[in-house]
Amino acid sequence: MALTVIAIIRLRNLYAVVMLASIFSLMAAAIFVILDAVDVAFTEAAVGAGISTVLGLGTIALTTSEEKKPTRLKLFPLLVVLITGGALIYGTLDLAKYGDPNAPAHKHVAPTYLKEAPEKTGIPNVVTSVLASYRGYDTLGEVTVIFTAGVGVILLLGNWRFIGRRREDNDV
Amino acid sequence: MYSYLVLRVVAKLLMPFILLFALYVQFHGDFGPGGGFQAGVIFAAGFILYALIFGLQKAGRVLPRGILRFGIALGVLIFAGVGVYNLLVGGKYLDYSAMAQNPVHGQHLGILLVELGVGVTVASVMIMVFFTFARHRNTKGSD
Repeated sequence: MALTVIAIIRLRNLYAVVMLASIFSLMAAAIFVILDAVDVAFTEAAVGAGISTVLGLGTIALTTSEEKKPTRLKLFPLLVVLITGGALIYGTLDLAKYGDPNAPAHKHVAPTYLKEAPEKTGIPNVVTSVLASYRGYDTLGEVTVIFTAGVGVILLLGNWRFIGRRREDNDV
Repeated sequence: MYSYLVLRVVAKLLMPFILLFALYVQFHGDFGPGGGFQAGVIFAAGFILYALIFGLQKAGRVLPRGILRFGIALGVLIFAGVGVYNLLVGGKYLDYSAMAQNPVHGQHLGILLVELGVGVTVASVMIMVFFTFARHRNTKGSD
């Protein structure tokens, strides 16, 4: 995975970058499977490796497939990136070990969900019951975000001359 | 692009299975991995494959933009509507227990409907975004 990331940073050909990003997503999905997060892996494979690649290629078709060479080395962005990255890595030092039963994440609401969810909702997949029932507000928010994204794309790129199906068919 | 016989035949063979798999992921999300988000994306992927191989015109005839635009709003409406319905039948917003006689059945029904709403919106948005990108390119005259 690290190799893919380095290649993505180094390459100037955006077509190759899109393909490598897709490969990266596929490997991330494999890691999620290893971590037993099948639902997340599913989403990562479908969205990250599938749709994003198609949309990336679509964007390249609209714009250009070669990244411009940077004119000079910019120090301030580099500094910001280094500080943020350092802070994030520092943050991971505090994380509980993988599979540690005493981790705070396993002590708070998770046991209740695991115990109650199958009985209360009648649904064996706890992920689904948490997503749609216990955290219904969050999911509603996510759907609204997707809705907003769709509306935004239509407003920005939608070709308003071609509203109406018959005229579309004649014109294209 | 339109003359690749192998691609066309394979795509035609794959289409029903992709759509069926999307529906399976949608409605089997209660029991196995999956749910509205994944199903919507798979559904959209099926149509994007169709549009890539048979052209935008044909895909647009199968799924006109009006329907897609309607679907984008419909999914959110289903989701929020289930919540409002819960309020009307005397429950809390998005607490599905009041939807049926038995709270467990209510939860089950609510989750199924909500996932359906998620799937409809996600699929519509993905297909719509792809169509919009592709059409934009076509109208620029570079294809």
